[in-house]
Amino acid sequence: MQYNKKKWVMLTSAAALTLGTAGLASATTLEDMRENGAVQCGVSDGLPGFSAPDDEGNWQGIDVDVCRAVAAAVLGDADAVRYVSLNAVERFTALQSGEVDMLSRNTTWTTTRDTTLGLNFTGTNFYDGQGFLVSRDLGISSAGELDGAAICVQSGTTTELNLADYFRANDMEFQPIVFDTSEQTVGGFEAGRCDVLTSDTSQLAALRIQLSDPGGAVILPEVISKEPLGPVVRQGDDQWFNIVKWSLFAMINAEELGISSDNVDDMLDSENPNVARLLGQDGNYGESMGLEADWAYNIISQVGNYGEIYDRNVGMDSPLEIERGVNRLWTEGGLQYAPPVR
Amino acid sequence: MTHNETVIPERPAPRLTVGPLAWLRANLFSGPVNSLFTLLGLYLLYLLLTPAIQWALIDADWIGTSRDDCSREGACWVFVNARLGQFVYGLYPGGEIWRINLMFATFAALLAWLAIPRLPFKRWVAPVTLVAFPVFAYVLLYGGHFGLPVVETHRWGGLSLTLILATVGMVAALPIGIVLALGRRSQMPIVRSVCVVFIEFWRGVPLITILFMASVMLPLFLPTGMTIDRLVRALIGITLFQSAYMAEVVRGGLQAIPRGQEEAAAALGMGYWQRMGLIVLPQALKMMIPGIVNTFISLFKDTTLVMIIGLFDLLGIVQAALSDSRWLGFAVEGYVFAALMFWIFCFSMSRYSQYLEKKLHTGHKR
Amino acid sequence: MSVRPQARPSGPKPPFWRDRAKRALLFQAVLIAGVAAFLLYIIGNTQDNLAARGITTGFGFLTNTAGFGIVQSLIDYSSQSTYARTFIVGLLNTLLVSALGVLAATIIGFTVGIARLSPNWLIARLASGYIEIFRNIPLLLQIFFWYFAVLQALPSPRQSHAFGETLFLNVRGLYLPEPQFLSGFGLIPGAFVVAIVASIALVIWNRRRHDATGKRLPAGWLSACLIVGLPLAVLVITGVPVTWEMPELTGFNFRGGITVIPEFLALWLALSIYTASFIAEIVRSGIQAIPHGQTEAAQALSLPQGLVLRLVIIPQALRVIIPPLTSQYLNLIKNSSLATAIGYPDLVSVFAGTTLNQTGQAIEVIAMTMAVYLTISLLVSLFMNWFNARVALVER
Repeated sequence: MQYNKKKWVMLTSAAALTLGTAGLASATTLEDMRENGAVQCGVSDGLPGFSAPDDEGNWQGIDVDVCRAVAAAVLGDADAVRYVSLNAVERFTALQSGEVDMLSRNTTWTTTRDTTLGLNFTGTNFYDGQGFLVSRDLGISSAGELDGAAICVQSGTTTELNLADYFRANDMEFQPIVFDTSEQTVGGFEAGRCDVLTSDTSQLAALRIQLSDPGGAVILPEVISKEPLGPVVRQGDDQWFNIVKWSLFAMINAEELGISSDNVDDMLDSENPNVARLLGQDGNYGESMGLEADWAYNIISQVGNYGEIYDRNVGMDSPLEIERGVNRLWTEGGLQYAPPVR
Repeated sequence: MTHNETVIPERPAPRLTVGPLAWLRANLFSGPVNSLFTLLGLYLLYLLLTPAIQWALIDADWIGTSRDDCSREGACWVFVNARLGQFVYGLYPGGEIWRINLMFATFAALLAWLAIPRLPFKRWVAPVTLVAFPVFAYVLLYGGHFGLPVVETHRWGGLSLTLILATVGMVAALPIGIVLALGRRSQMPIVRSVCVVFIEFWRGVPLITILFMASVMLPLFLPTGMTIDRLVRALIGITLFQSAYMAEVVRGGLQAIPRGQEEAAAALGMGYWQRMGLIVLPQALKMMIPGIVNTFISLFKDTTLVMIIGLFDLLGIVQAALSDSRWLGFAVEGYVFAALMFWIFCFSMSRYSQYLEKKLHTGHKR
Repeated sequence: MSVRPQARPSGPKPPFWRDRAKRALLFQAVLIAGVAAFLLYIIGNTQDNLAARGITTGFGFLTNTAGFGIVQSLIDYSSQSTYARTFIVGLLNTLLVSALGVLAATIIGFTVGIARLSPNWLIARLASGYIEIFRNIPLLLQIFFWYFAVLQALPSPRQSHAFGETLFLNVRGLYLPEPQFLSGFGLIPGAFVVAIVASIALVIWNRRRHDATGKRLPAGWLSACLIVGLPLAVLVITGVPVTWEMPELTGFNFRGGITVIPEFLALWLALSIYTASFIAEIVRSGIQAIPHGQTEAAQALSLPQGLVLRLVIIPQALRVIIPPLTSQYLNLIKNSSLATAIGYPDLVSVFAGTTLNQTGQAIEVIAMTMAVYLTISLLVSLFMNWFNARVALVER
């Protein structure tokens, strides 16, 4: 069989290349994960406050803390996460193909992504909106004055679409300057290629502190779109969908019930039935998801409640200093509202 | 007839035919047009070189730890200095860097053995380099055996990743390329057309779309739940792309071997693989070596494209370092450094290829 | 396998695996089966995956509204256009930068290649320095460098370099006046076509006359005058039916006129300079492949140096140059896809990048993109093969 040797060469070399990296999944996402001992979590390629590696290469950020919460719930160890940094183009395929189990990468919840891409959004860990960053020299105070501007925007995002919508709705013209990564977008803005940089307002805050002269740029007051950012899983595994969804809800409920990483051990003895249910002291809600009874306890003790991760990563305790705003709890006039554990 | 027997003493050649002045006249100022060109050329050199030297050497800052140590008058090599480790090793954990060093030291030793003509045992060293070494390198770099901690591929980066991508792509592409080239010259119509279609397809599309395909589409081709590491996906794309180019180099080498060689071998009763493996390929390989080195150079430069699918090769990591808020505004230094590294590698390889071409150009000299 | 087996000696029939013809058939059958099985396996997997994950398939997305803007487009485009239109916009942008790149690379490459052989030592060294520097640095790096250099070197819109109040150059691009054609302008292209037809006729007539009588007119100069002069004359006679729309600084930026964006400039520069360094080497080796006797013979006929090059050396060198030149052109076209790195809206950037991302239909989008490049490669190869056949040596 001389002539099909070619195929053998190709097949064996392909097999050799995949050795050690390929794993054939058989069962549910949860079982695979228990076997691997790690949650494979897709994060961004570096966005301060949301997901970015620090100097030692450890991932930090509010999106990263969602991954950690899921790992704490599933495996009891918040550090049992394998991070895969994904750019805007790769992120959905990586999730669809099973390269990652969940995506926690400042991704906007939209109809298309929920339907034609075959994904499920599990909630919202950050309510955002799109804004504009302009150079102070231009002397502009409102987005209405942006007619004719050159605008730097990141490719393949909802931002790019909202931008076109906004300018058409207001009968203005603009020149889109499209870049692949947020770093290049800032670079273009800094080099003067465009007058305006547009992105989610939270990102604008993060990008602004990356400028060589942060004081030279201002964020315009207008917010031109709704950008609910949240974790995503692929369709077809409802148990896994529930776990990711309720890991986030657990953190929000914990803040509402006043449970934090500091007092969670004291709270185990709490008389409040809501607290007892959440921490697994009353009933076993973890079991119905395939988890241990102390799933929420692990999340709160190892990662913290929603308020803690917000303040630590993007809020007043972080360099970004973004106001809680709409991300306050519903009890304080915000939008963060989690269904009850019962 | 009387002869004047005295020998006229040797006199030096006229001053205008030897020496630097004559050289100048012959090569730079042989006519008015030529002189004009020379002056223009000198002016151009002056225009280009003075600011470049001023910036890169004279006004440059070399020592320091932060951007405050740079005067901003000239180049700030402090930036490159501070980031050098990252540029070479990527995000590979600091304590494990000896593994990369050991891998490359072994590789360099093996290559040197193969490249220096006088050393013996080449017949054993070559298979070790091609077969045993990749396994050794993989175990060493990825870890997980012999007590070595696992280093995930997303921490690999920098110059070492560039070298890994280029070398693995090359070594894997060569056998596929040979098979494809033999197939393209086959007398069996179906084998030939399959090979032609394969080669022309991979040669007809840009590498970047292949990398896109490898990173976005390949996962969909695999059975549900099976995943391949991102680095390996990029390698598969690069290898297939490269094997098509390699096939054409091999075909060129095969075509240069006179038909008589194969016919003579057939007359001795050799089968197809004997004729190819013992007679034709060894002769063709000699002719192919410069072509292979040239393909390798272009592959080496093409590895920069993996940056676009999110791997941090040398250019990727330089680009990433440019956006570090502590080191903003040193883009030129970063790019110049990367360009210099690539240039050194590519230039020395192309010189080596020219040397080989001269050295191997023996049989056809008369 | 050129040695065909002769009539076999009689005896027992050899088993089928010893029969070369049957063996070949078997191998090919196995190969086809293998390839088919491999393709079926991949297609099957893909279908399973798409179905299992509920991903939409098909080309229906092409008629959907794209919803994003594109900075440079050669045809009418707005965010209300369809994805099919973004595809065409991207394709045209790719073709634009490739065509101009091929042109510039050829000019630079031939110049440097000839300079490399100059008897002037300094010029030859400068040319080889150019070649060695630019072909040994990755193209992507050069694109970044030029983009960065272009952006750094240019002033902000308010401090634009102005050239006679008609051309403006700043960090947002090069602004040119745009011609607006009034009625009656149609005559001018008409005159242009007439002039071209007339000069072709002139050249043919001149060649025939030269063959027959040995006399010749300077047909090159005459046709150049014709092609330039006739449209100009018509232009003047019709009273110049063109107005120019001048770029004007309103608000942040210049408006009106034609804009050449810096992404285009950087990509074009990098592609031309990089490819030219390869073309220069091809030209040099092509010229060196012509035996020196040719030059000497031409000089013996007392042809001036320019004619020696034009009539003797270059036509022969072209035969050696064209095949490798073709692959450089193909490389340039394929390399134009690196546009995505600096945001020039070429096919890969707007279609395989943004459109893929917005629709998520990776397979359809990548397949269409690859098909485009394959078609372009094929067409260029065909054309260059045709051209090569024309200049090839006709052996008698």
